[in-house]
Amino acid sequence: MAHPAEVEVLNKALSGIGVDEKSIISILGKSHHEHQRSIRKGCSKFFFEDERQFERWDDTAIKNLKLEFKRFKDAVVYSLMHPWERDARLLKKALKKGPQQYYVIVEIACTRSSDQLLGARKAYHSLYDRSIEEDLAAHVKASERKLLVALVSAYRYEGPKVKEDTAKSEAKALLNAIKNADKRKPIEDEEVITILTTRSKPHLREVYEQYKKISGNTITQDLEAEMFLRETIECLCTPHTYFTKVLDKALREDAHEDDKRALTRLVATQEAGNFKGITDKFGQRIEERVKGAYKDVLLGVLARGEINGKA
Amino acid sequence: MATLKVPTHVPAPSEDAEQLRKAFEGWGTNEQMIIDILAHRNAAQRNLIRKTYGQTYGEDFLTSLDKELSSDFERAVLLFTLDPAERDAYLANEATKRFPSSNWVIMEIACTRSSHELFNVRKAYHARYKKSLEEDVAHHATGDYRKLLVPLVSAFRYEGDEVNMTLAKSEAKILHDKISHKHYSDEEVIRIVTTRSKAQLNATLNHYNTAFGNAINKDLKADPKDEFLKLLRATIKCLTVPEKYFEKVLRQAINRLGTDEWALTRVVTTRAEVDMVRIKEEYQKRNSVTLEKAVAGDTSGDYERMLLALIGCGDV
Repeated sequence: MAHPAEVEVLNKALSGIGVDEKSIISILGKSHHEHQRSIRKGCSKFFFEDERQFERWDDTAIKNLKLEFKRFKDAVVYSLMHPWERDARLLKKALKKGPQQYYVIVEIACTRSSDQLLGARKAYHSLYDRSIEEDLAAHVKASERKLLVALVSAYRYEGPKVKEDTAKSEAKALLNAIKNADKRKPIEDEEVITILTTRSKPHLREVYEQYKKISGNTITQDLEAEMFLRETIECLCTPHTYFTKVLDKALREDAHEDDKRALTRLVATQEAGNFKGITDKFGQRIEERVKGAYKDVLLGVLARGEINGKA
Repeated sequence: MATLKVPTHVPAPSEDAEQLRKAFEGWGTNEQMIIDILAHRNAAQRNLIRKTYGQTYGEDFLTSLDKELSSDFERAVLLFTLDPAERDAYLANEATKRFPSSNWVIMEIACTRSSHELFNVRKAYHARYKKSLEEDVAHHATGDYRKLLVPLVSAFRYEGDEVNMTLAKSEAKILHDKISHKHYSDEEVIRIVTTRSKAQLNATLNHYNTAFGNAINKDLKADPKDEFLKLLRATIKCLTVPEKYFEKVLRQAINRLGTDEWALTRVVTTRAEVDMVRIKEEYQKRNSVTLEKAVAGDTSGDYERMLLALIGCGDV
């Protein structure tokens, strides 16, 4: 007969993010018929008694397990990939999945350096025989099109030089656009798009500061209703906050599959600067929620990110 | 093909630099010496000379040039000495500071360079002007012009030969629909023209011609006074048959009362190492006179000699 503790271990091993391979193996190793039967009876999360009197797997549970097992393979494949290929594949995937995933496009376009983004565009040519901008422009129908195409096409100046006067007037222009949101959606405003998609990141951070002064709120607060614009600014001006949010969402009990996927995306990204202090913040929750080989990869990458950040 | 003629045995960069320095010394300047050297070296060689000159004499060659020369000849030498990416960045930056007619220069650079070259221009622009090309273009252009030019300079078109014929057919139809309703700056028109690869565009426009009876540029001539339409037609020409576009620019530059030296200098210095041979062929076909003759007839002095050397006249 299976020990109730073993049932508990198995339950735990198959819940959460990733799977605890070692625990599973240790239980399966000692399994014989009666043993397995009592496990099935005990794990009501995964099995239920069919009307023909046998304990069968719940189909949804199998589907979910497939996703959980897949996580390690994805982490491995992505980690070994050239960063350009990674980003190109992520962009393609997000585009294919549709509007629910367009935020990934914003994330990649805004958090990579100018040369990394160029590299992703080159890799996209190699992988798909098309340019990312032509695919985006052809498939994104709604008001986000202008913003998304311009974001992936940007080659921002990377120097520290910032013009305070320009930043002030652009902060004003953004405030105006937000105030007139009922007359015209900010995401379709030419000025807004131009500012967000052509200016350098240091310049935009200055615009962010200037905006606070004239509005009292941060621009992200005022853009509460505009998801893509808000995310664009967050990724460009406060990427650390953005990634913290992503990790937090992914590690919640009620996290969606899309949110959990973000973890693998972060594993693939390894943006050293953006991971500063993240292990401190999330180390504990990762230990609790994430399991097995996948957890080891995640923690390893975060540690390396910290080291690279300090280097 | 290039018209630039480089001698089989090229002197060492230090020798060239020394000769150039000598050309500046004394009364006046030995312009012929400058032409003899610079108009007969390729881009890599010119870069080396410029570097060597700078290291040997502690001054950028272009600064010496500016001190000693003036006007059209200087501009031609300046432009030709610059590394191609830097040159395009210089021209683009100049265009963003001038009147709207300079939109053409920006379009020309964006459409007649390869994806790789255009990206090098953007990089050079960062280095030289501490800004991105697209922010300056966005700042300088307004309305429909901005809608067209910003995506044009930001494009990183696929450069392969892969063409999707179904797509070509459907996009030819979209273009035809929009054009017949006079929606020339419609988002779909802009999208197709600014994102599709040159090969794909060619296929689309060929299909347009077959399916609708007219070449697209013929249909775009509906309103002869519309400046935006003119730019759009030129954009399409640059993307598909650049040598024909350049022939027209040269023809108009030379035939004008007086000569549009800036356009003439720009085309000659930017195409001498690229496709000047084909442009000369087009010119002769269209005007029944060689480009050399036309240039000689309309320009003079050192400026004329520099241009002629670049378009392949005379001995090496």
